[in-house]
Amino acid sequence: MHRTEPFFWCMLACGLLVGGYIVLPLLELMTSSTAVDLRQSLQDGDVMRSIRLSILTAGAAAGIAFLFGTPLAYLLARYDFRGKRFLEAVIDLPIVIPHPVVGIAFLSIAGRNHWIGQVLQDAGLRLLGSTAGIIAVLTFVGMPFYVHSAKSGFEAVSPRLEKISRSLGASMSGTFVRITLPLAWRSLLSGIIMCGARAISEFGAVVVVAYHPMTAPVLIYERFEGYGLKYSQPVAFWLVSFCLGLFFLLRILALRKPTAT
Amino acid sequence: MIRIEHLSVRFKDFHLGTIDFVVEEGQFFVLMGPTGAGKTVLLESIAGLVSLESGRIRIAGVDVTRMPPERRGVGIVYQDQGLFPHMDVRSNIVYGLKFCGAGRAEGQKRLDRLIDLLGIAHLLRRLPVNLSGGEKQRVALARALIVHPHVLLLDEPLSAIDPGFREDLRGALKRLHRASGTTFLMVTHDFGEALTLADRGAVLHRGAIEQAGPIEQIFRAPASLAVAEFVGMKNLFQATVENGRVRLARRTDSAASSGGNHYRHAAIRPEDLVVSRTAPPPENACAYRGTVSAVVGCGFGHEVYVQAEELTFTARLTRRALMDDQICEGADIFISFDPAALHVW
Repeated sequence: MHRTEPFFWCMLACGLLVGGYIVLPLLELMTSSTAVDLRQSLQDGDVMRSIRLSILTAGAAAGIAFLFGTPLAYLLARYDFRGKRFLEAVIDLPIVIPHPVVGIAFLSIAGRNHWIGQVLQDAGLRLLGSTAGIIAVLTFVGMPFYVHSAKSGFEAVSPRLEKISRSLGASMSGTFVRITLPLAWRSLLSGIIMCGARAISEFGAVVVVAYHPMTAPVLIYERFEGYGLKYSQPVAFWLVSFCLGLFFLLRILALRKPTAT
Repeated sequence: MIRIEHLSVRFKDFHLGTIDFVVEEGQFFVLMGPTGAGKTVLLESIAGLVSLESGRIRIAGVDVTRMPPERRGVGIVYQDQGLFPHMDVRSNIVYGLKFCGAGRAEGQKRLDRLIDLLGIAHLLRRLPVNLSGGEKQRVALARALIVHPHVLLLDEPLSAIDPGFREDLRGALKRLHRASGTTFLMVTHDFGEALTLADRGAVLHRGAIEQAGPIEQIFRAPASLAVAEFVGMKNLFQATVENGRVRLARRTDSAASSGGNHYRHAAIRPEDLVVSRTAPPPENACAYRGTVSAVVGCGFGHEVYVQAEELTFTARLTRRALMDDQICEGADIFISFDPAALHVW
């Protein structure tokens, strides 16, 4: 497209507007705390514990999504069956449901008065006010992002390659491990990043199911409510910084091109 | 040997069947037909990659109908080669060795033999993305044959190749067939390819076998209108046979579909027609007087369209014949043929 065309300038203007809209509040957040505040916040045990908990629980949620979402995504990418559209709509539900509602739904099944809650508690697994509860809701809200990305990745792998692999003697599972997974891994990693990112930022569902132990978003909210903006900003700074570093590394890994000879 | 018995495959919008045919051990058999005839579906059903509605498939005497693809001993090579893009050429070729039980030494021996036969030793370390269409197809052939399949299925292996390399690859296919002794079943919609490579074949049309037999016979004596059109019979007429004499008439759709005993079809290959300014001997009953309606260049020759009464003939002439007889548009000419060249069914 030629740069003298008004359409080009119109697009550029819209792009800058959107870019500024996203960057400016974050830039303000990242620059508003003093070095002393940031150092004190870094030495604050509660802050580091909450960030560590956020990253670990989000990582665990992404891991669970990978383990159980991969077969589901493959099924959706490769097979047509009755009820497929309905199943896809169900998988998308966590994206559209308000997240406090997710928390309430979890509360209602995790309590003693629901048979699932009884079974879980008899098995020694407590969801309310526990790390397990946090992981459960984070998996719930992050799963659609992983399944969508993995499904697109599997769809991009030609079924013909799988057919050839089978004609050469590989079983269905052997073909999946040797051909499909290596060709779709970038989309799976992308899905893990999306799922993890969504999980780290989750507040609404977590605050209902487990106020304690505190994840970083809950701590930021508590500091904001209890002490004001000035005390919540350094915690937010460190959460954004750690997440940015982590996801930047994963993105580089996901986007790295294979070396051609 | 492949034996297909009453095979039928049904999809939402396509039905293949009922198919019966036999490919003898070590034979090069071609399955021909226009695009959409169901050729690839038939190949994939033999390979176990498509579920059958009914029927049986036997390979080397064993009923493989319910066997998974990996246990059938059937290799498949597609038109788009389907090389694994994340593996280099060598890894692609040896992919199947770990499943077929060939030891390291035996595997190396097979690899050396195939890369020698196909002339691909210099490609082993390259990724598929850096290969030409012809190179990719050679690698795909080596990959399929290294596991020593009972049968190799080839789905239009030459159609995506540049014309310049097609001849080379055709030669490679012939060499591989001779050297491996494997039964080859190739799908093509190019009748010329079939004539060069195979001895026997079948023509598939709208999900059913229209004719099977020696290629030469299909070419000379098509059994149906669809086969005649597929093998390039340009002069197709409606025919009536009275007292052993054939009377040609313009083909109409209503007559062709009437299916009665009275109407039959007749065909003459364009190269069997003789176009001349001078009248043929009066005893030649297969001669017509007509006018050249068009002359169209066609490769090294010309196609001459002649209107004779209600019939339109297409003859194929060399440039030299065209010049010698001064045949041009509007010229009054005689068109004749040997009665033996007329195929009536």
